[in-house]
Amino acid sequence: MNIYIQLFISFCKIGALMFGGGYAMLPILEHEIVDKKQWFTNEEILDLYALAQCTPGVIAVNTATKVGYKIKGIIGAIISTIGVILPSFLIIIGISVFLKSFSYISYIQNILSGIRIAACAMMVNTLIKLMKAGIKDKIGLIIFFIAAILAIILKVQSVWLVCLAICSGIICGNIKRSKNND
Amino acid sequence: MTDLLLLCYEFFKAGLFAIGGGIVTIPFFNEMADKYSWFTTKDIADMIAVSEATPGPFGINMATFAGYKAFGILGSILASFSMVLPSFIIIIIVSKFLDDFSDNRNVKNAFNGLRPCMCALVLKAWLSIVNVTLIDSDKMANNWFNILSYVKPVPILLFIIIFLGQKYFKKMTPMTWIFFGAFCGLLFL
Repeated sequence: MNIYIQLFISFCKIGALMFGGGYAMLPILEHEIVDKKQWFTNEEILDLYALAQCTPGVIAVNTATKVGYKIKGIIGAIISTIGVILPSFLIIIGISVFLKSFSYISYIQNILSGIRIAACAMMVNTLIKLMKAGIKDKIGLIIFFIAAILAIILKVQSVWLVCLAICSGIICGNIKRSKNND
Repeated sequence: MTDLLLLCYEFFKAGLFAIGGGIVTIPFFNEMADKYSWFTTKDIADMIAVSEATPGPFGINMATFAGYKAFGILGSILASFSMVLPSFIIIIIVSKFLDDFSDNRNVKNAFNGLRPCMCALVLKAWLSIVNVTLIDSDKMANNWFNILSYVKPVPILLFIIIFLGQKYFKKMTPMTWIFFGAFCGLLFL
């Protein structure tokens, strides 16, 4: 099948299944892009998310743009971006046109809770895969723990953590290199 | 016509400055509700409810809905497009830049440092979902020793079922589990 069509369909799937924000998209993204299509590795997904986190805009759109761009340049980026927002766009137009008042029916909340639980369960597996891909040595482990404590307990904002991580990466890389040179 | 241009401008602005996720766009919508007659502050509450309930990126959902309230289908297309445009442009530029520098030692080292950090952020995101779905955080704040008092049994059961199911039925796709979760949510929650 034409790669443009594949790209479009993959991102329509991702866009249609992502409930609850950028990170909840990860299991579905990982399944489509890494497992099925093998367009990216788990390592590259982490790099992707790092980029999507630091740039303005919605994580889902940033991710779609980047993947599409890598596969087929600017046209790929346009196709993947349209794909990821199209399903929700159509659903919302449908709701706006046909439902004069969006009823807060309790069963919609229950369905959403069920979906969130499913995303939560799937994320465990995805997180483990990402950790295996992203934490390769002791330094990585240390960065992980420090970042986790800063983010979760001290509630430091991601922007600062990203800056810290970039600096740590560069510094540790250079220290390693000068150690190897000795 | 100028109204439509203003719409594009406002949503482009929101898309440009919303760093870190869709929720950050909400203040921009509040500002728009005050400045223009496109929608009211009360509408925003509805929009948030719908945007969270529908799939897709929260910020774009808000734009679609708000654009529709302002100028019908044309408004929703323009608003969504305008909000997506800044990140689209920036990502393309940064990707080109990174591609050119991908062999640079420091860029590689930077990413090596970034990856464990991103894992930590995913962990944080997971914990916040757990907090909403599996735990009663008010009760936990009061008494965190007694674990049984604040865990929600039915959600946790569903969580365990899906988690184990995912391990042992590897052929099932995420889509299946999401439908399963939706179905169970409807029946049992």
